Amino acid sequence: MAVEVKVIKKPERTVAEQVYLPEIAKGLGLAMSRFFKNTFGPKASKEIATVKYPEETVEYPERFRGIHRLTQRTDGSPRCVACLCCSTACPAQCIHIEAAEYEPDDPRYGYERFPAVFTIDELRCIFCGYCVEACPCDAIRMDTGMHMPPSTRREHFIFDKATLLSIPGRDGSYLTANPRHEPGDPSHPGVDRERGH
Amino acid sequence: MTTTFLVVSSLVKVVVVLVITVGTFAPVIIWAERRQSAMIQDRLGPSRAAITLPASAVGFIDRARLPMWRLAALTGITAIVALLALTFVAVKGSNPLPLSTSALTATLVGFGAASVLLRVGYGVHGTIVRNGGKIMLLGLLHPLADALKFIFKEDFVPPKSDKLLFSAGPIIALIPAIAAFAVVPFASSLHWDYLNQVLPRTGEIAGPVVPMQVASINVGILFIFAIASTGIIGAAISGYASDNKYSLLGGIRAASQMVSYEVVLGLTLVPPFMVYASLRLENMATWQYDHIWGIFIPPLTLAAINFFVAAIAETKRVPFDLPEGESELVGGYLTEYSGMKFGMFFMGEFVEVVSLAALASVIFLGGWDVPFLYRDGFEFSLPFVATGFSVPLVHWLVVAIQFLFFLFKIIVLIWFQLMIRWSLPRFRYDQLMSLCWKGLLPVSLLNILVAGAFILSGWLDGWVAFFEKIF
Repeated sequence: MAVEVKVIKKPERTVAEQVYLPEIAKGLGLAMSRFFKNTFGPKASKEIATVKYPEETVEYPERFRGIHRLTQRTDGSPRCVACLCCSTACPAQCIHIEAAEYEPDDPRYGYERFPAVFTIDELRCIFCGYCVEACPCDAIRMDTGMHMPPSTRREHFIFDKATLLSIPGRDGSYLTANPRHEPGDPSHPGVDRERGH
Repeated sequence: MTTTFLVVSSLVKVVVVLVITVGTFAPVIIWAERRQSAMIQDRLGPSRAAITLPASAVGFIDRARLPMWRLAALTGITAIVALLALTFVAVKGSNPLPLSTSALTATLVGFGAASVLLRVGYGVHGTIVRNGGKIMLLGLLHPLADALKFIFKEDFVPPKSDKLLFSAGPIIALIPAIAAFAVVPFASSLHWDYLNQVLPRTGEIAGPVVPMQVASINVGILFIFAIASTGIIGAAISGYASDNKYSLLGGIRAASQMVSYEVVLGLTLVPPFMVYASLRLENMATWQYDHIWGIFIPPLTLAAINFFVAAIAETKRVPFDLPEGESELVGGYLTEYSGMKFGMFFMGEFVEVVSLAALASVIFLGGWDVPFLYRDGFEFSLPFVATGFSVPLVHWLVVAIQFLFFLFKIIVLIWFQLMIRWSLPRFRYDQLMSLCWKGLLPVSLLNILVAGAFILSGWLDGWVAFFEKIF
């Protein structure tokens, strides 16, 4: 079997390339055109990618997982029913919830509970988004579009219920787009511990 | 001329040179170099350093904006009225206002200037308020922050280094760079007694003359060669004293590179000596003022290109920065330096850039010569047509314009050097040496012969006469 030899042609240099000066002029021309366009050119043609960060910011992408918020009902109370799904799902174990019962005369009594304490340690949080996936009530969301604001004190990173409720979503709303059916809604009678179905 | 006058004027000139080189150009180049590289690479570069004003001052500035704008408008209207009246006088010949023409001119100039200043102030105030009281100056404060950082950094000296030489190295590198400026003329000589008069275009003028250069010495350019070769010692000594192999290699590289290019640098400047028939830089500038700029004479064009290449190699900057080639030598002779000692090397390098630009502009670009500006003011004349108009200017104004134009030339040449610095990749060391000994050296030797033939054959006179006929 004959050995096949593939002859690769040596790249040839023209005289202009060998002299080097025209190539220098070309390179300088390219750099200069770039420089003039970005320094003196009209604003629209500038291609500067840098952002002056604290003054200018770039919007985070739509599905960016920012700091958490607790969504509200129309009356301002949390949608959370203290089912502990999120704290169970949390791999970093940064969510602490203490559930409490409503007063017996409350229409929600026996129907659902509410979180007396809802604390997220944002320093432990790994922003995986499992809590949002686990929540059956769409009560916890990470659609704020904000990263954790920096601070020099650890206490500032432990968000309590009031703080979490006070953070709006990216659209400025404290609610969610999903409807919620309050007790007594005939279309969604729900399950009642006292009365059964 | 009294001795006191001599001393005072010399001191003033020294201060001017120091302000130009160390005070202004070196920090501005540090900023410009990074800004320029950023602009080439679609970044923004240094623009963030700021001095923040207190909130009360911001409030005050904000309140002052509207009155400033109103004042600018009022003064502007006054200036426009004066301008209209002056136009009326020029066209109709009669004055519509109960004011003399000279008063109107004074009003126009005074109020016009005030209006422009107030409008600019309004803009500046607006920018400050919009930035929330931050004064940023396009990022020009970055070099200041750098200097502060340099000063407060730990001044590390390697334990086994030669302490004295280690400290002396940066000083030896910095001082010659500044000293080269001593013989550079930055304007035509100043006739002290006639500051406010229009001088005659030609002829000798009596009275004290202040040459606009620190030292007018007859060796001129040779002094610069001597001083520039002292810079080698700084790099070599610091490389040797650092007690570091890489530093030593860098120092050796610096020494051999600078010695080689020193030869070329000297030989490229022989054709200019032959044409200008003088070693004094002020005479070179005057020759170009009388005739044409050196770069337009064919042998000198080649000499200018050679000089520029050799001088960039002499300043050890990209693409010839092998002494500090960080891909091979960590930091070359700078490896062990930190803090203000490193800052002095840095400063020396940038001052060298400035002095190279100043030299190139004096030898090849006419120095302080402004096109169409003569000792008595501007005169624009068109070639082949016998028309033209002249603007007579007083002496101090002529000198000031020359000085500013000289600075402008320096800035353009610096900009070009920075452009080269960001566009070209670094040479290999053998390429560097073969470029010097096989390329530039024979070419500049030949160029001397060509220049000699050019002068002896009488072509130079013909060439110069041809150009003078056109302009």
